[in-house]
Amino acid sequence: MNQPLLEVENLRFRFRGQEQDVVQDVSFRLGRNETLCIVGESGCGKSVTALALMGLLPQDSVQFGAGRIRFDGETFAPGDHDRIAKMRGDRMAMIFQEPMTSLNPAFRIGDQIAEAVERHRNCGHAAARARALEMLGKVGIPAPEQRFDAYPHQLSGGMRQRVMIAMALANDPELLIADEPTTALDVTVQAQILELIAELQAETGMGTIMITHDLGVVAEIATNVAVMYAGQVVEYGSARSIFENPQHPYTIGLMASVPSLTGPRRRLSTVPGVVPAIGQMPEGCRFSSRCPFAAPVCAARPDLAEQDPGHRVACHFAPLEQTLERSA
Amino acid sequence: MLSFVARRIVIAIPTVILISIFVFGLQKLLPGDPILAMAGEERDPETIAFLREKYRMNDPVWVQYATWIKGVVTGNLGISLRTNQPVTELIAQKLPVTIQLALMALVFALVIGIPAGILSAVKKGTITDYVANVVALSGLSIPNFWLGIMLILLVAVKWQALPASGYVPPGEDLWLSLKTMLMPAFVLGTALAATLMRHTRSAMLGVLKSDYVRTARAKGLAERRVILRHAFRNALTPIVTLTALLFGELIAGAVLTEQIFTIPGFGKLVVDAVFNRDYAVVQGIVLVTAMGFIVMNILADAAYFVLNPRLRKQ
Repeated sequence: MNQPLLEVENLRFRFRGQEQDVVQDVSFRLGRNETLCIVGESGCGKSVTALALMGLLPQDSVQFGAGRIRFDGETFAPGDHDRIAKMRGDRMAMIFQEPMTSLNPAFRIGDQIAEAVERHRNCGHAAARARALEMLGKVGIPAPEQRFDAYPHQLSGGMRQRVMIAMALANDPELLIADEPTTALDVTVQAQILELIAELQAETGMGTIMITHDLGVVAEIATNVAVMYAGQVVEYGSARSIFENPQHPYTIGLMASVPSLTGPRRRLSTVPGVVPAIGQMPEGCRFSSRCPFAAPVCAARPDLAEQDPGHRVACHFAPLEQTLERSA
Repeated sequence: MLSFVARRIVIAIPTVILISIFVFGLQKLLPGDPILAMAGEERDPETIAFLREKYRMNDPVWVQYATWIKGVVTGNLGISLRTNQPVTELIAQKLPVTIQLALMALVFALVIGIPAGILSAVKKGTITDYVANVVALSGLSIPNFWLGIMLILLVAVKWQALPASGYVPPGEDLWLSLKTMLMPAFVLGTALAATLMRHTRSAMLGVLKSDYVRTARAKGLAERRVILRHAFRNALTPIVTLTALLFGELIAGAVLTEQIFTIPGFGKLVVDAVFNRDYAVVQGIVLVTAMGFIVMNILADAAYFVLNPRLRKQ
């Protein structure tokens, strides 16, 4: 197997002044041309994980634990801001959830893209402009020459997200992190944006981390899936194995909460309760406070252990069905 | 842009009319009769009657207002009851002095206040932030007259580095003019610098949390560029408004500073006119000051137009 583009091992950090880690021992790997989906409900640590990888968390308020990141063969610590800063916007790029507010309202969109190019390519303004125009065309903005001079408020949300994508991909990054890029958009536009990212990925071979809580999106684009709960990865594996054979009670709960178009109509299933706040997380398995199968053993933290090749689950009862049958 | 400014000017017209009525009404309501003051000790009824006729005090109020406003429109603000000089001439003499003082004070305020505000926002919660805040608070709480006197004692008397008081027109000797105005401008500017610093700080704190600043960082831009270009540009709007209002305040509020440094400016004119019940002068001054505020506001609006693309035609 060839070397993966990105390997994250035991990423762990907390915000200064807090008792518990926000993100605990998160590990995953991502190959070129692959898409890793990080799923979980709001507050599960998906976005902060991404921001930490990009070095975008406020440096003085975050304390990193051990853990390491290997990016394209280079290994460094997650808190190595200087190292990450050199790659940010160049070899790794990010797009965000809020296209309406993520562009600077005071500057022309073309200049905002060109700025990213100029910064990393040491090229003149004319070359940067040419590249920005090329990118605007690539992301499907009609009449790039005219749109170059537009201000963000003159564009729709979908168009703005296209501009964000153009900006992120202007320097041909090897890694793209997309933090819920379609959440704020209309359903029809959502599909267009996902398709656009997929197309550009096929063209450049970049690895993509897609953060989402939309399992429909996951089913469509994921190569691998990491299910996060309360700052921990509770289940990790290929999209196929996660969808066909979910093992963690939380993953099963998430799957069950997706409304079905076929079969009898019934109340939507939900996972009861909410994610506990930092400082009130149960010791051991953080899902135990909401888990229907919780037992005394859950006070000890389960390892993210391999169930099947490539499919890891952090649950004492995994494989769940067999364990339950045995105990019945 | 032009139509935008034109619209602002049209909107300002009712305000100006209202102000003129207010200014005119104010002097009618003020206690004391200027005619009695002019007639002298004897209060000779004939003289009083003559003066009333001369200053058209016997006309109905609205006729008096109409006469006055007609003069105002043609640049005639009346004649000082005390010095017999035209009010327009008096104002034209004194206003440039105060404008020079206000401009120089504003330069001090901007040069100190804005960088200090940016710095304390960026370094929020650190020693730098606290020091900047303490200095700003001192700037706000130290009275101008005290700081002025202390500076005169130290800089002018002890070091003999700058002239202690007076005024030299810039046309006469630019260098000496600037030197003479330096201390008063500094005294006037420091208090404003504190206000500007606080506002810059809070505007920057708001903007630094915004999504587009995060985007700028995600692009890999240097932190300096993120702050000075992406953040500061968007924090400018409230700063521009404040600066425009502060400038108006400077013109009206330079009274104390002008007294301390014996600068023959607008402030001194106001004080003298009020003490002498020189109504024509008071009226003229209030009117000109109010107009100044309106002009500054229109300029601030025009500046928004440049700063905020969302205001421009879509």
